[in-house]
Amino acid sequence: MSEPLVSVKDVIKTFGGGKGFFSKKPVVHAINGVSFDIMPGETFALVGESGCGKSTTGRLIDHLLTPDSGEIWFNGKDITKLTENEMRPLRADVQMIFQDPYGSLNPRIRVSDLIAEPLLIHTDSSENERKKQVNELLKVVGLSPAHGERFPHEFSGGQRQRIGIARALTVHPKLIIADEPVSALDVSIQAQVLNLMSRLQKNYDLTYLFISHDLSVVEMIADRIAVMYLGTIVETASKKELFDHPRHPYTRALLSAVPIPDPTKKSDRIILKGDLPSTTNLPSGCLFRTRCKYCQERCIKERPKTREISTGHFIKCHYPVFDEGEKEEKDVSV
Amino acid sequence: MSDIDKNTSVNQFEDAEALPVQKSRRKEFVQKFLKRKTAVISLFFIVLLLLAAVSGSFVAPYDADQADYNSILQGPSSAHIWGTDEFGRDIFSRLLVGTRLSLASALSATIVGTALGIILGLIAGYYGGWIDSLIMRICDILFSFPDILLAIAIVAILGPGITNVIIAVAVFTVPSFARIIRSATISVKESLYVEVARSIGCKNWRILWIHVFPGTIQSVIVNFTMRVGTAILAASSLSFLGFGANVTQPDWGAMLSQGRNYLNTAPHIVLFPGILIFLTVLAFNLLGDGLRDTLDPRMN
Amino acid sequence: MAERLLDVKNLRTEFIREKEWVTAVNDVSFYIDKGEILGLVGESGCGKSVTSLSVMRLLPPKTSKISGGEVLLNGDDILKTDKKGMRKIRGHEISMIFQEPMNSLNPCMRISKQIIEAILLHNDISKEEAHKRAFDVLKLVGIPDPEMTLASYPHQLSGGMCQRVMIAMAMSCEPDLLIADEPTTALDVTIQAQILELMENIKEKRNTGILMITHDLGVVAEMCSRVIVMYAGRIVEEAPVKELFASPKHPYTQGLIESVPILGSNVTSLPSIPGSVPDLAAMPEGCKFAPRCRYAMDVCREREPDLTPVWGAEHRRCRCVLHDTEEKEAKKA
Repeated sequence: MSEPLVSVKDVIKTFGGGKGFFSKKPVVHAINGVSFDIMPGETFALVGESGCGKSTTGRLIDHLLTPDSGEIWFNGKDITKLTENEMRPLRADVQMIFQDPYGSLNPRIRVSDLIAEPLLIHTDSSENERKKQVNELLKVVGLSPAHGERFPHEFSGGQRQRIGIARALTVHPKLIIADEPVSALDVSIQAQVLNLMSRLQKNYDLTYLFISHDLSVVEMIADRIAVMYLGTIVETASKKELFDHPRHPYTRALLSAVPIPDPTKKSDRIILKGDLPSTTNLPSGCLFRTRCKYCQERCIKERPKTREISTGHFIKCHYPVFDEGEKEEKDVSV
Repeated sequence: MSDIDKNTSVNQFEDAEALPVQKSRRKEFVQKFLKRKTAVISLFFIVLLLLAAVSGSFVAPYDADQADYNSILQGPSSAHIWGTDEFGRDIFSRLLVGTRLSLASALSATIVGTALGIILGLIAGYYGGWIDSLIMRICDILFSFPDILLAIAIVAILGPGITNVIIAVAVFTVPSFARIIRSATISVKESLYVEVARSIGCKNWRILWIHVFPGTIQSVIVNFTMRVGTAILAASSLSFLGFGANVTQPDWGAMLSQGRNYLNTAPHIVLFPGILIFLTVLAFNLLGDGLRDTLDPRMN
Repeated sequence: MAERLLDVKNLRTEFIREKEWVTAVNDVSFYIDKGEILGLVGESGCGKSVTSLSVMRLLPPKTSKISGGEVLLNGDDILKTDKKGMRKIRGHEISMIFQEPMNSLNPCMRISKQIIEAILLHNDISKEEAHKRAFDVLKLVGIPDPEMTLASYPHQLSGGMCQRVMIAMAMSCEPDLLIADEPTTALDVTIQAQILELMENIKEKRNTGILMITHDLGVVAEMCSRVIVMYAGRIVEEAPVKELFASPKHPYTQGLIESVPILGSNVTSLPSIPGSVPDLAAMPEGCKFAPRCRYAMDVCREREPDLTPVWGAEHRRCRCVLHDTEEKEAKKA
C-alpha cells in the first residue's frame, strides 16, 4: 500500500468575520471539516454544485488559501505550516488548470512565453532548451510552434484551455488540480480536452484532482469520487461503487437530476425541496437535513460523522439509503 | 516522443488546426489614430520640434549667442525672420537652439517623475497595508500644493538652475502617476492570470513586473503626454520667474522674461517665444487627447 | 388535433460587422404547435439565440436587420406588425426567459413591482388585482412564500428562485408561446431538475408551446418532442426526438451525440469533432460543416446542400449530400 500523495485532514475554512464599519461582517463557513486522501497516479474527483466549496478546496491544496484549522499533507509535508517562500519551490510539483480559459492567460504575453514561464522559474534551462520543451508541449496538445508566437486573444476557448494544460505540464508536476477545466467549453470541445487529459495522465504519470459539477464528465475521467455539499464531503467511493450504489440521499438526488441524452430512458428524478441554505447560517445537525426527505430527529440534533459502510465507501449520514433487496452490510467503520 | 494513439482526434489537429487569422493590433491602432486630424497634426508638430532639438545648432541661420549691436530690437525682416532681441541676437535661431534645452528639461523631468510615480504606485497598490497608506499620504501632501507653488518652493530651497528646475517639476509629477498606477494595480492584481502566476511559483517582483505592470501602462500613456505639456509650461514659468536658466542660455521661458522690459517697444521679443510655448503645450495636450480616444475601445 | 402556433418561414437575419453585413441566420424554417416543446440545439455561434430574438423582434435596430422570411404567429405575420403591435404581443402572446436569471431582473426594483408592471402592461385591471395575480402566478411556479418573495429584491433570491420568478413573469399574461433561451444552463443540476419539471407542468396545464433553446442534449432528450439542429446559421437536421437520437442523419448531429458523455455508460474516452465553428465573415464555400466532416467529399465543398426531407421519413429533414445519395440509390433500385 503506497502512501497517499495528498492527505487532507479535518480542514476548516471560513471567510469574513472582520469588523465592518457598523457591524461585524457575517462569517462565511466555506469548508466545514473535509478529509480525504489522493493516491499517486489516480484521478480523484471532487463533485458538487455551486457553493459546496470544491473550488475553495482546490485552492487550499494549492496553497493559494490557508485553512483555519486542519492539515494538508502533500508529498510528505504539511503545507499548511509553510510560508509563501517555503511553498514556492514545491509549486513545481503542483500545478493548476483553471475554469476560465479567457482570464487565466495573461493577454499581453505570447503563448510560448506563457508556457515557458514555469520552466523559467523552477529550472536552470537555457533559452534554447526552453524553446524546445515549449514546442514539444505545443505539439502534445495539438498546436504548432507557430501558434506559440501568437497572443491568447487570438485563440478559441478550447485552444486556450489546451495552452493552459501545456503550461501545467512543463515542469512535470506530480499533481495537477483541474478546477472545472471543461465547464466553459462547448460539448464537442469538452470531449477533445478530456481525451487529451486522459492520454497525458498515462504518458506523464500524473495524479489529477478533478473538480467539477458535471457528473457525466467526472464519470469519464475519475477513479474515485467525493461528493461535496455545503462545505463537507457527504460520500466518497470508487466510481463504479458510487454510480451503482449511491447511498447518501444527496448523491442519489444529484445522480437522478442529470438529464440523460437518451429519450428512451425515462428518468426518475428525485426533486430536492427548497434551496441551498446560506453558508453564513449553517443548519444544525446534518447539513443536508433541510432538503432531505428522510430527515429524522437525530439528523436535526446530531451532525453525522464519516464512516466506512463498505470497503473504500465512506459516507456521512445517519440513515444511508439502501434499495429494496439490498442488505445493509456490516459497518466497516474506522 | 510518447506514442500518440492514432484514433484520437488530436492527430486530426495537424491539418484542421489552422493558424488563427492574425488581426494586427498595431495596424488597427495606427488606422484609428490617423482618423484624428488634430492629433496627427500635433504629432507632426512635435516631431518637428524634436528634429529642431536635435539639429538646431546646425540648422540655425545665426549662432544663438551671436550679438550684433548694429541690429538690436529689430522687428521681423528678411535678415531676421523673427527679429532680434536687445543684444541683436536672432530670435529665431535662439528659439530653435533653445528647443533642445526646453524640451529636454521638460521631457526628462516628466520621465523621472513618471518612473518614480510608477514604482511608488505599483508598490502601494500591490502590497497595500502601511506602505500603501504611507505612500498615499505623501502623495496627498504633494497634491495639496498647486503645481507651480510647489515647484517654486523646491527651487527656492535648492537654488536656481536648470537641474533644480527638472527636479522640481519631477517632484510634482510623481503624485498623479502614483495614484493612477495604484488604482490600475489594485484592479489588475485581482485578475485570474495573476493568481495563476502565483500558483506557478512566481516571486512577487516577477508578478509585479511581468504580469501586473504591463496591464497598467495603458492608463499612463495619455497622462504622460499631457504632463509633458504641463512640464514645459512649468519649466518656462520658473525660468520666467528667474529660477531656471541663467540669462545667457536660450531658454524659452527666460526669453519671455527678458522681453517683458521691451513689451511696448519691441513686442515681437515676447510674442514669438510666447506663441511657441503655447503651441507646444497645445500640441502635447491634443496628442494626449487623441491617444486617449484611440485607446478607448468604445470609440471608433 | 395539433394547432399550429408558430410558423417561421425562410427567416434571414443579418448583422453589421466592420462595415459589412454578415448573415447570422440563413433560411431558417420551423413550426411549433400548441402544447409541444420544440428543441433548438446548437453550439455557440450557431445562431440559435439570434433566431429567437428575431422572432421576438428584439434585435438592435441599427446594427441588424431581418432581411427575409415570415414569422406567422397564430396565422399573422408578425414581421409586418408595427412597434405598438409588437409591444402588445411581447409578454402577452410570446414570452421569453433568458439564461442568466440574476441579470434579467432589475436589481433596484422589488419583485412585486417588476411582475405587476408586466401584468399591468397587458391587462386593464387595478393594482390590487394585479398583485393578486402576481401572487397566484408565483404560487404556480412553486415558490413557497409568495408574499415574502414579492417583497424581496433580486439579490436576496437564489439563482433557482430568480429563474422561477422569471418564468412567473413570463407566464403571468398567459402567453401562447414561451421561448426559453438556455433557461437552466446557469443553474445547478438539482435546481435545473426543479425548473424543467415546472416547465413541463406549465405545458400540460396551459397548453403552452415552448421553444427550448439549449446546447444540452440531455435536456433535449427529456423535454422535447421534436428537435432542430443548427450549425453556422442554418438548420442542418430536423426530426422527432426519439428518431434523432436513434438515427441521426447529419454528420454534425452524429458528432454531437457521440461526444456527449452518458451517465452510467462507463466510457473512458469519447470521439470528438475536430476543428471549430467557422467565423461568420469567413464561411467556407459549399457545405459549412465540410471542413470538420469525416465524410466530406468534393461535391460538399462546391455546393451547399439544401434542406430536404429524408428519404423514407418525410417528416424528417436533413441538409446533407449523403442522404440525397441514399434517395438516389433507392430510386434507382
